[in-house]
Amino acid sequence: MITLVYLARLRETLGTSAEKVEPPHEVGTVAALLAWLRTRGGAWAAELAPGRAVRVAVNYDVARPDTPVKAGDEVALFPPVTGG
Amino acid sequence: MPVRVQTGDFDVAREIAALRAGDTRVGAVAAFIGLVRDINDAAAVSTLTLEHYPGMTEKALAQIVDEAKSRWSVYDALVVHRVGELKPTDQIVLVVVTGAHRGEAFAACEFIMDYLKTRAPFWKKEQTPAGERWVEARTSDDDAAARW
Repeated sequence: MITLVYLARLRETLGTSAEKVEPPHEVGTVAALLAWLRTRGGAWAAELAPGRAVRVAVNYDVARPDTPVKAGDEVALFPPVTGG
Repeated sequence: MPVRVQTGDFDVAREIAALRAGDTRVGAVAAFIGLVRDINDAAAVSTLTLEHYPGMTEKALAQIVDEAKSRWSVYDALVVHRVGELKPTDQIVLVVVTGAHRGEAFAACEFIMDYLKTRAPFWKKEQTPAGERWVEARTSDDDAAARW
C-alpha cells in the first residue's frame, strides 16, 4: 500500500486529501505512479497530465520522475509552492 | 529549534534576542520579515490562507538552514513561518541570521528566503472580491533561487 497525499489546489480539484492505493507491481517510480493515476481519467487525467506543474515528494523529500516508490511510502502531490 | 511553523504571530525583537543571547561572537544580525499585502496581481486581498505539508515543511526548512550554514560563515539562523488565516499587514515569515560580519549574514538570509520561496511546501490562497484563488508560483522566484 502507498499513501497518497494531495495538497492545496490539487486537493480541491481531485476532491480528496489522502488515500491508500495498491498500484500494480510494475509501478515503481514517481513517473509510473502518475501515469497509473492518470488512467483514472477525468480530473486525474487533466490535473496530472504531462506538462502540468505537479510536484511530488516521497517520504517528505522532493522527488523526481525517476524517484522509486514502494509499499509503505507516503507520496505527496502538490502544485509549485508559494510560501514566504 | 532553528525552524518553526505556527499559527500565532511572532515578536521580532524577542526572536532576535533569543537567537543571539550570550553569543559574544555575533557582530551582525540580518533579518527578513515577509508581510501580507492588501493587493496582489491587481486584486484586493482581504484574507490570505496559508497551508503547508506537516512533516515535510520542518524538514525542508531545516535542510535550507543547514545549507546556508554550510555555504556561509554564519553562527546561527532561525526561520519562523506562519500558517492559517492572515490579514493584510500581518507578519508571515521571519528569517534571522547571526554572524561576525554583515556580508555573510545578509547573503545567508537572502539565500534562505529564496530557497524557502521555491522549496518549502507552503501554499497561499487569497480571498478577493471576485472570490478565492490559489496564488500561482512566480518564475521570478525560481530565477532568484537559481542565482545561488
